[in-house]
Amino acid sequence: MARNGKKHLLGRTLGPILGVLFCLTIFVAVLLHGYNVALFNPKGAIAHEQHSLTMLVVAIMLVIAIPAVFLVYFIAWKYREANRTVKRNPNAGHGTLLNASMWLVPLAFMVVLASIMWPATHRLAPQNQIAADAKPLTIQVIALRWKWLFIYPEQKIATVNYVQLPVGTPVTFELTADEAPMSSFWIPNLGGMLYAMTGHVNQLNLVADTLGDYPGSSAEINGAGFAGMKFTASATSKDDFDLWAKNVHQQSGVLGTVEYDTLRAASENNPPAFYAVGDSSLYDTVLMKYMGAHQQAAVESQTPHQHGGYY
Amino acid sequence: MKELLLGRLDWHALPHEWFTIGGTIGFILLPLLALAVLIRIRGWKWLWGEWLTSVDPKRIGIMYFIVAGFMLLRGGLDALMVWLQQAMAAGTAHGYLGATHGYLSADHFQQIFTAHGNIMVFFVAMGFVFGLINYIVPLQIGARDLASPFLNTLGFWLYVGGVVMVNMFFGLGGEYAATGWLAIAPLSESQFSPGVGVDYWIWSLQISGIGTTLGAINFIMTIIKMRAPGMTIWKMPAFTWASLCSMIMAMTVFPLLTATLFLLFFDRYLGTHFFTTMGGGDPMMYTNLIWMWGHPEVYILVLPAFGAFTEIVSTFSRKRIASYMSNVLGMIGVSAFALSVWLHHFFTMGAGADVNAFFGVMTMFIAIPTSVLIFTWVATMYKGRIRFTTPMLWFLGFIAVFTIGGMAGVVLAVPPADFQLHNSLFLVAHFHSNVIGGVLFGIFAALSYWFPKITGIRLNERIGRYAFVCWMVGFCLSFIPMYILGIMGATRRLDHYDASTGWQPFYILMLVGGIVIATGVALQLVQIMASFMQKRRLGDTTGDPWDGRTLEWATASPPQSYNFTVIPEAPTRDAFWEMKQRGLPKRTYEDIHVPKNTAAGIYIAAFAFLACFGFVWEITWLVIVSIIGVLAVFVARTFDDHTEHTLTAEEVRRLESERKQRDEAARKQKDTLTPLNIKGAEDMGLLEFARTVLAFGWDVLKNKRWRRWQKQS
Repeated sequence: MARNGKKHLLGRTLGPILGVLFCLTIFVAVLLHGYNVALFNPKGAIAHEQHSLTMLVVAIMLVIAIPAVFLVYFIAWKYREANRTVKRNPNAGHGTLLNASMWLVPLAFMVVLASIMWPATHRLAPQNQIAADAKPLTIQVIALRWKWLFIYPEQKIATVNYVQLPVGTPVTFELTADEAPMSSFWIPNLGGMLYAMTGHVNQLNLVADTLGDYPGSSAEINGAGFAGMKFTASATSKDDFDLWAKNVHQQSGVLGTVEYDTLRAASENNPPAFYAVGDSSLYDTVLMKYMGAHQQAAVESQTPHQHGGYY
Repeated sequence: MKELLLGRLDWHALPHEWFTIGGTIGFILLPLLALAVLIRIRGWKWLWGEWLTSVDPKRIGIMYFIVAGFMLLRGGLDALMVWLQQAMAAGTAHGYLGATHGYLSADHFQQIFTAHGNIMVFFVAMGFVFGLINYIVPLQIGARDLASPFLNTLGFWLYVGGVVMVNMFFGLGGEYAATGWLAIAPLSESQFSPGVGVDYWIWSLQISGIGTTLGAINFIMTIIKMRAPGMTIWKMPAFTWASLCSMIMAMTVFPLLTATLFLLFFDRYLGTHFFTTMGGGDPMMYTNLIWMWGHPEVYILVLPAFGAFTEIVSTFSRKRIASYMSNVLGMIGVSAFALSVWLHHFFTMGAGADVNAFFGVMTMFIAIPTSVLIFTWVATMYKGRIRFTTPMLWFLGFIAVFTIGGMAGVVLAVPPADFQLHNSLFLVAHFHSNVIGGVLFGIFAALSYWFPKITGIRLNERIGRYAFVCWMVGFCLSFIPMYILGIMGATRRLDHYDASTGWQPFYILMLVGGIVIATGVALQLVQIMASFMQKRRLGDTTGDPWDGRTLEWATASPPQSYNFTVIPEAPTRDAFWEMKQRGLPKRTYEDIHVPKNTAAGIYIAAFAFLACFGFVWEITWLVIVSIIGVLAVFVARTFDDHTEHTLTAEEVRRLESERKQRDEAARKQKDTLTPLNIKGAEDMGLLEFARTVLAFGWDVLKNKRWRRWQKQS
């Protein structure tokens, strides 16, 4: 009788929780259908590698976590007060072997994880150039309040809240900011994020391998217009890209000082805009604005942007 | 002239928007009203003399619980407001109350989640943890008091100062920081946040942070110096060990917070350039400094929860803590590693691969001592005799939630994975899993475990189970969708988003989960009320309702102001358990020195609060006067030689026999309930609760009882 009572009691506690979990799983599967689950939908080499690394780490951890959690609930259930068939011993649970394995098993798992993680961190460092046949493309990115300005120094064009890149061509985004708080540049379908800060250049190397439009945003809060600081990253064929760049250069207005001052002022939810660039030193001017004299000298004496950010 | 007198303060600072007016009424006027009612019923003298000026860590602990509980409701309301906005604000949907999206402007929305984070970490979690340490640690180590009772009351009142400061903006200023809970520079610099919001943020954290540092020093001294005879450091109860680790960490890193806040204040007030983007400042230094404090802070909160779980598992398995050394070394390991992992909060800042990989490894290795703790709990349950009381239920819930959060944490510790998950809702879901699952569930478990010790009444088990189920269900509904949103690429802190993303159903699920959690909180309040209603049935006259093992159960519930009539000896780890086996020692009475209550802590905290208020509004004369006030009270206090009085053995004997008679009477009144016989049927359910409340209300109306109350007061 007492045994049934206890079981009933636990069942009433567990039942609703498991029921909700079950319904939630089905519900989630239905809701996800047809939408861009960005991190499970990698569209570039970096995103692919980051995704498979994440999955590998999760798998390794599940190997220890599932048995551990199961063990907790199994032991708790088995030695419940109402169970009359089990042997009890108030002194159990000690001993050198037990203690040693408590420490060594998780240690072993973490050593395995660390030995995967250390080389992967070096291989996937954002400032690493991506090896490819195609000539890499450099895009300078300036985070402004609250919009992203993209400058293509070779194509001599600039865009706001829209970036187009050729498929299969490695792209180096050189991230900085001007008169904006720290922002974070993220195109989840193509790969992980990096901060854009005034006076610093962070190099983020990405590549797209599938045609398509991918959402991008700022992931770090930077003021009232934060949620609207979005852009589209459009991956097109090399020919389309060249044609687009040529058209923008020929048909758009020039990004001069006046236009840049307008962009620099705070504004929210900006639509895409396109410019031809005459003065190619804009990016360096922005960068130098935030550097003291000794820092400038240090920068000039070495190849710029080689160590990924920490000037 | 006006500037000299009032600084930046003017008429515009008074509440004039719906939320500032509501907040002023809800969080400033209502507490004042409640205080007025309390004074009317029990009298100001009682409140001031017995409670507010008390230096008894047990009373201070209870005051921590009350303030923190109130703040839990306040922070929870913020969470619901954030989720309501996000559930509404998809695409170009029509906005309400003048907002473009949802019902909040972007700036207001950002203030709410900032306040939510600050309140939950500083004033809920810290408050409860400090309350628990105050109440339980002196009892567990068999001490009559703390090393410095005065420092303790000062620390508590500084914390209250922080609480008032964080709610102050409703009444004056109308804006809180809109920067996220850590106010990362340069967003928090005056260039981007010129208003008083960030100043309120700085000074509410500053004032309560200094209180924390003082408290930490006090508890370290107490644990090191004031243990019962025989209790060597390797015989300390697990909760005391956890508190010691936690407080050592707090003492190490809280000065860092104080310094960082001062530097930010210098930037804003004096125009220095520590963290600005111009003039040679570097915001990255701010990020480093704040996380050097911020990461250990999380472990400062979770370690006492680990300690409480260890005690609970041991008591309800009726076994001593298995592999005690591994358990303690696990806690020490967690606190040691916690100091060297802060950079994992900003792998995305652009440090080189070597730096990132190093901090990634350190972060992974913190999972080792944490896993060891889980294994010692399993070993403790192994071959035990387990009772599934509500503290145990919270423990079992904690295991599931914390493991999910911990696994998400190890994924985030891998820098290339972190580049994709950082600042997404995945990260938010991860730390809520750990902080709700670890800290908050730990606090709930500890409170329901020690509630009979604190009040003399065991908590209602049945309604407690309902509350637990609501919390678990609500948690799943809120945070599983949050993990998924992160994987879909949703960043945190969005006040609106495109409808084409397909995120809205998940945000709505989160809101529903939030409402279920709120129901759980409401049930917890009902649980406390119902327990007091069944006071006679649930009362604990033995001092030891759970068949406990450590010294806090060796004294009465609630304990006398001097904790123990005779200081107990602790020759073994489960000192009280062994005592019960051998037979309790005979009572002898002796003179007891008790610290006198003092109002100096309140005065110092009040002046410190005024100084901070002066800094917020740039009222220079107020700052100067208040700092002089702080120093004057402090100096006056140091000249007070009469800080203790003596209870003679005769008085102690009288107090003890009075209590004995009371307990005897209560025992006779009580039905045949034995303390270990815990079944749901004995505790009232929700229907019975509703019936009792309605009957009481009807009785009051019918017999016009309030007239009698008026006469009494």
